[in-house]
Amino acid sequence: MEPILVAKNLSKKYGKVVALESANLELYPGEVLGVIGDNGAGKSTLIKVLCGAVTPDSGEILLDGKTVTFTSPIEARTLGIETVYQNLALSPALSITDNMFLGREIRQKGFMGKFLKFLDKKAMEDEARKRLSELGLLTIQNINQLVETLSGGQRQGVAVARATSFGTKVVIMDEPTAALGVKESRRVLELIGEVRARGIPIILISHNMPHVFEVADRIHVHRLGTRLCVIDPKKYEMSDAVAFMTGAKEAPQS
Amino acid sequence: MNKISDDISKDLKDQPKFSSDIGEVDQEHHTFDIGEQSNLKKIQHFLHGNPTIVPVIILVLSVIGFGFLAGGKFFSAFNLSLIVQQVTIVGILAAAQTLIILTAGIDLSVAAMMVLASVFMGKLSVEMGIPTLPAIVVGLVSGVATGAFNGLLVTRLKLPPFIVTLGTWNIFFALVIFFTGSQSIRSSDIEIQAPLLHFWGERINLGGFVFTYGAFLMIGIFIFLWFLLNKTAWGRHVYAIGDDKEAAELSGIRTDRMLVSIYAVAGLVIAIGAWVSIGRVGSVSPTSFYEGNLDSITAVVIGGTSLFGGRGTIIGSLFGALIVGVFSSGLSIAGLDVLWQRFALGCLIIIAVGIDQWIRKVSN
Repeated sequence: MEPILVAKNLSKKYGKVVALESANLELYPGEVLGVIGDNGAGKSTLIKVLCGAVTPDSGEILLDGKTVTFTSPIEARTLGIETVYQNLALSPALSITDNMFLGREIRQKGFMGKFLKFLDKKAMEDEARKRLSELGLLTIQNINQLVETLSGGQRQGVAVARATSFGTKVVIMDEPTAALGVKESRRVLELIGEVRARGIPIILISHNMPHVFEVADRIHVHRLGTRLCVIDPKKYEMSDAVAFMTGAKEAPQS
Repeated sequence: MNKISDDISKDLKDQPKFSSDIGEVDQEHHTFDIGEQSNLKKIQHFLHGNPTIVPVIILVLSVIGFGFLAGGKFFSAFNLSLIVQQVTIVGILAAAQTLIILTAGIDLSVAAMMVLASVFMGKLSVEMGIPTLPAIVVGLVSGVATGAFNGLLVTRLKLPPFIVTLGTWNIFFALVIFFTGSQSIRSSDIEIQAPLLHFWGERINLGGFVFTYGAFLMIGIFIFLWFLLNKTAWGRHVYAIGDDKEAAELSGIRTDRMLVSIYAVAGLVIAIGAWVSIGRVGSVSPTSFYEGNLDSITAVVIGGTSLFGGRGTIIGSLFGALIVGVFSSGLSIAGLDVLWQRFALGCLIIIAVGIDQWIRKVSN
């Protein structure tokens, strides 16, 4: 099977600090790829490069086998790489619908939409409702609720629904459970399962080993600016992963 | 992050239903219910969802209050329509100011921009003999240009809007003095040379209520901006930028470009206000509306728009301007000194912002 997203030899320096050194990554269709690494290992730089927030000094990214370059998250998104940021990038004072379509609003058909630029609120509401209920997230009447009235897990749900709604090829999730309580984390992990079930591959960055081991199909271990190894969570223990991550144990050759 | 974790700790108390058991397909588990709330909390939530209610209540109460205090004279058709006339200019400035404040900015230069635009209109048509309509167009363009200039400074130099517009307020004011040599353009000259400039000052009598065309234009501007803010993507983006600029950027909104366009639209509205102001005042005076900046901010704040951006309604600012008008009129008819008008206005501002802060706590 061909990987859907490939990163080859990515390097990035900040002054004399090497954040990435010939880092590689492959994401295959339909999988959840966990990305773990100690603080300062360069995993957030890796993710920022993949989502377009940081431009690498060298190396290339292939999406569906084609080389792609982007200079902003907006460009990455247009190509189908969606990111759920740790801070979620939602506007709390706007409604669920407004947030889901922010920057990609649906206009009314004909004169009202074309010249007066009126929004087609009904179409957006219907679509938002459909997306949220597909992910098992919503009872119908609340679609115009303001995001700030939602709980952390629910907000995560809205952000995920938004990320999976627009012809998405890849979803990157940055620490989706970091700010959540036990129950809400559980719900978000289920959500990751739902997204995978719909055939969208996910890159999951997390410090939370139990969560990564629970949902990931493969785990990419990042160390000293590059990929140390990729392990199968069924064959290794969490303590092994931590040992590889910190260099306490020799990584397996793959 | 703190905010989110606060939410969660609250959620764990408030929302025991939002759960989690894998495989269980109980609809109840996925609902977004808000849970049990005290009455005060309910009021807070209601006001939070309907931010225009507070100014409406204040307006109604103050009209009733001054009705008692000042008697029938206050309620006369003449006086009520006079209030509307008097708030026309501040109302239009407040409409423009609302756009800026919704983006979490503030514009101290609105009145200076307006006077500058009116100087262009008057100078060109009265003293340079250019036909009135092109002169008005030049004035409107100057409004867009000065507005965009503010916007460019805010986005390119990354300076706080407060500082940028504090600077441009003085710059625009200096330009006004430069172009006019501190001389007013007399009303009688305008009447002869360019009567079109007085168009919005024309009056129309509707059963005792006397309205200027300008008052209708002001209402029209508010309705137009309401549609713009609520029915178009542009309007939603204004709110998104004020709410959380970084989030808006990550959502794909080109925030810098948006901000420049918002300042430019505000500039256009202000320049329309310049035309109306010539009709209202009669002459073009370089020193008029010196307090227009602060009056417009007052109207917006009393109208329930948050100075922190992202929250508020354009119609609230219309009510805010009317409240200021009602207070000034009512207190003067009741025979109170001007100093008490200012005193009352000051209290009103502090109360309005206090209520806003309280309502905003709902989200934490």
